[in-house]
Amino acid sequence: MDFSDTPQEAEYRARARDFLDAHKDKLPSLSGSEAARLKKQRIWQAIKADNGYACITWDSEWGGAGGTAMERVIFREEEAGRGVPDAFFGIGLGLCVPTIIKYASDKQKAELVRPAVRGDQIWCQLFSEPAAGSDLAGVRAKAVADGDEWVVSGQKVWTSGAHYSDWGLVITRTDPSKPKHKGLTMFFVAMDSPGIEIRPIHQMSGGVEFNEVFFNDVRIPDAQRLGEIDAGWGVAIYALMNERVQGGKERGIPAGETIRLARSTPVADGTLADDGAFRAAFADWYVRTRGVQLTRYRTLTAMSRGQTPGPEASIGKLVTAFELQEMSRRLVEAQGPFGLIDDRAMAFCEGNVHHDLLHAPGIRIAGGTDEILRNIIAERVLGLPKEPQPDKNVPFSETK
Amino acid sequence: MNFDFSEDQEMLRKEVRKFLEARCPLTRARKVLDDSEASFDVELWEELVGQGWTALSIPEQFGGLGMSRTDLCVLAEELGRVLAPVPFASTVYILAEALMIAGDGVQKDKLAEIAAGDCIGCIAISEGPGEPSFERIGSRVERGRLTGTKQPVTDGLAATDALVWARDESGTPRLFLVPLEQDGVTREKLDTLDPSRDAARIVFDGAAAEPIGAPWLLDRLLDGAAVLLAFEQVGGADRAMEQAVAYAKERYAFGRPVGSYQAIKHTLADAYVNNQIARSNAYYGIWALDSGSDDLAQAAAAARVAACHAYWFAAREALHAHGGIGFTWEADQHLFYRRALQLDMVIGSPRMWRERLFEQVEAQGEKMKAEAS
Ligand SMILES: Cc1cc2nc3c(=O)[nH]c(=O)nc-3n(C[C@H](O)[C@H](O)[C@H](O)COP(=O)(O)OP(=O)(O)OC[C@H]3O[C@@H](n4cnc5c(N)ncnc54)[C@H](O)[C@@H]3O)c2cc1C
Repeated sequence: MDFSDTPQEAEYRARARDFLDAHKDKLPSLSGSEAARLKKQRIWQAIKADNGYACITWDSEWGGAGGTAMERVIFREEEAGRGVPDAFFGIGLGLCVPTIIKYASDKQKAELVRPAVRGDQIWCQLFSEPAAGSDLAGVRAKAVADGDEWVVSGQKVWTSGAHYSDWGLVITRTDPSKPKHKGLTMFFVAMDSPGIEIRPIHQMSGGVEFNEVFFNDVRIPDAQRLGEIDAGWGVAIYALMNERVQGGKERGIPAGETIRLARSTPVADGTLADDGAFRAAFADWYVRTRGVQLTRYRTLTAMSRGQTPGPEASIGKLVTAFELQEMSRRLVEAQGPFGLIDDRAMAFCEGNVHHDLLHAPGIRIAGGTDEILRNIIAERVLGLPKEPQPDKNVPFSETK
Repeated sequence: MNFDFSEDQEMLRKEVRKFLEARCPLTRARKVLDDSEASFDVELWEELVGQGWTALSIPEQFGGLGMSRTDLCVLAEELGRVLAPVPFASTVYILAEALMIAGDGVQKDKLAEIAAGDCIGCIAISEGPGEPSFERIGSRVERGRLTGTKQPVTDGLAATDALVWARDESGTPRLFLVPLEQDGVTREKLDTLDPSRDAARIVFDGAAAEPIGAPWLLDRLLDGAAVLLAFEQVGGADRAMEQAVAYAKERYAFGRPVGSYQAIKHTLADAYVNNQIARSNAYYGIWALDSGSDDLAQAAAAARVAACHAYWFAAREALHAHGGIGFTWEADQHLFYRRALQLDMVIGSPRMWRERLFEQVEAQGEKMKAEAS
């Protein structure tokens, strides 16, 4: 049991710090318009790729650095410590491109992987539909074979980043006469293909980060099919498994800052930091968020011993999203009526806590809702009975 | 970073689990629970001593095996799983630690007795309602003689020696080492929520007492005990959850296993999450303890807060998932329910530890800020 860096890790951390210090003026931040932030992140991503800090765990063949998962975490810790957001490339590099590496042809990989690693090309995930979210196997967007092409029509929704993406991973229904999981096929598609129409969706948090994506007879070459025809469910599972391993980033303001904020918040007789109810709630919040971090180090240790992380990695987001929501509310609420003001110029922490409060509901939904994550833990870790699925073995065309 | 037990420690766990499964089924805890005379399972205690477990973390020069506290917490987790009704924590996590940290030459001789199973410890802090505090402590030592009443003292009947928190002549609260088999000590069994564990009222009336360590020793001991007890709690919480999972797979209602209903399924998933959170905090705690990190106070408080929450949740909900059966004396669920409460309060309740955690995080935040500027 050793929590400190090994000599190699310490050396890696020192090198990462030197690298970050040497590129101080190139580090992206959270401020500015989406376009401005994206531009800066792209430049930064390319610098990282040139120096072996992009996709640290991937083979050099793919533009990675052949490093360990621990090195990836160390670099990210140092990067995050300097305020660099983890934005724009997460879905592509965490989920889509690993799927390309597993399922695409060598020629396609040679063309697609490096530009994604460098941030020159961005990927989005076209899975969810109006009638298929948690129950992803319910997708209806249909793909019909036509020579060596497929013609796709239907609607995707909640597609994060579709509006700045070059490529998308899209799951379609190819055989509605088969049961729902058995008639799906996965493709990748150029987002500028004729017939793709992207409409922004305004989020409750005020941002416009996701979209509806309409497919109006979009032609996709059969060569862009990933996996066998009607075997797309397995491909989707593979993609989502990668998402889980990635997941669980730090969110919200750090513990020390939370207390300082509480110290500066007046309540009836003293400050919020003197209030017993707040102190107790803080302690519970602290052990849970810290517990998630520490659990991730256990996972890393398991990986460094050659084990594959299982579904237990699901606990991260389940805990942190809810804790973020409740702690932000607590901090904001303690301000009294003044807490309602979320003008960044007036609100504490430049309004970041208010922003978290409005953002947290989305985190509890995206990438598997709280309930779905609990199902996963209950079924796959504890071995409890699976949810009843009355439509599982019924031809999809006959389901509701 | 190597944030898990080593292969050797996993081997140790395997052996310990095998031994305890054979020698300490839950009927052992139940026997103490049902027997109004028994304070602990003497036979089991002797077997544990025979295995060298009380000697494990004591340095070889004092007759021990010289293994680490991380090895010790492997035992703690396994003892927690089987609800071992023995004064192990009081003796090994607390008295032995006190002697190792602060004992003078003669006091340290007791370590060999602990290793050999001849000395059993207890720590006497609480006197009445409320968390033990500087202001309320009434016991005092004058010219080497202790007067005062402590209650409840876990393992107070079984113990041969007590660490007693009392004021010295200057009025400063500190720990005193008090042999319990002497005139001036009266002990009486107390009824508690967990009769599978020994608890006593001890009245000291001019008992011989010698100071041990500086006044800060108590905090340091509680931190260490918090970490090791967190492993007992994680062990108990996991076992309680596993029993409920097994039952929920077999018990049918409305034509389906009750474990297929989300109200049950999700609650058990939450128990799993809590247990993992507690386990991870406990790992950090044991690392801080074993490596002598400055972070110990914070790590220990976090380990304890997480473990108390996890065990209470798991024991409470595991009992509930069993329905009416779970409410019977014969079923095992109340053993966990009771032990969760015992461990919740024994070294100060989570309420006190949340306070400690807040103070530690705040102090550390300020320290980091000062270093940065
Ligand atoms: C910010 C954000 C970004 C997103 N980005 C993307 C993206 O880039 N690409 C993409 O494909 N999708 C994306 N999504 C979609 C996301 O994956 C889905 O919203 C999510 O899976 C839930 O599906 P749904 O919205 O259809 O809700 P539903 O599945 O309809 O769920 C409604 C409610 O029912 C509950 N529920 C559903 N099934 C069960 C069950 N079996 N047991 C118990 N409760 C259940 C849910 O927990 C939820 O509370 C994003 C969503 C958000 C919020």
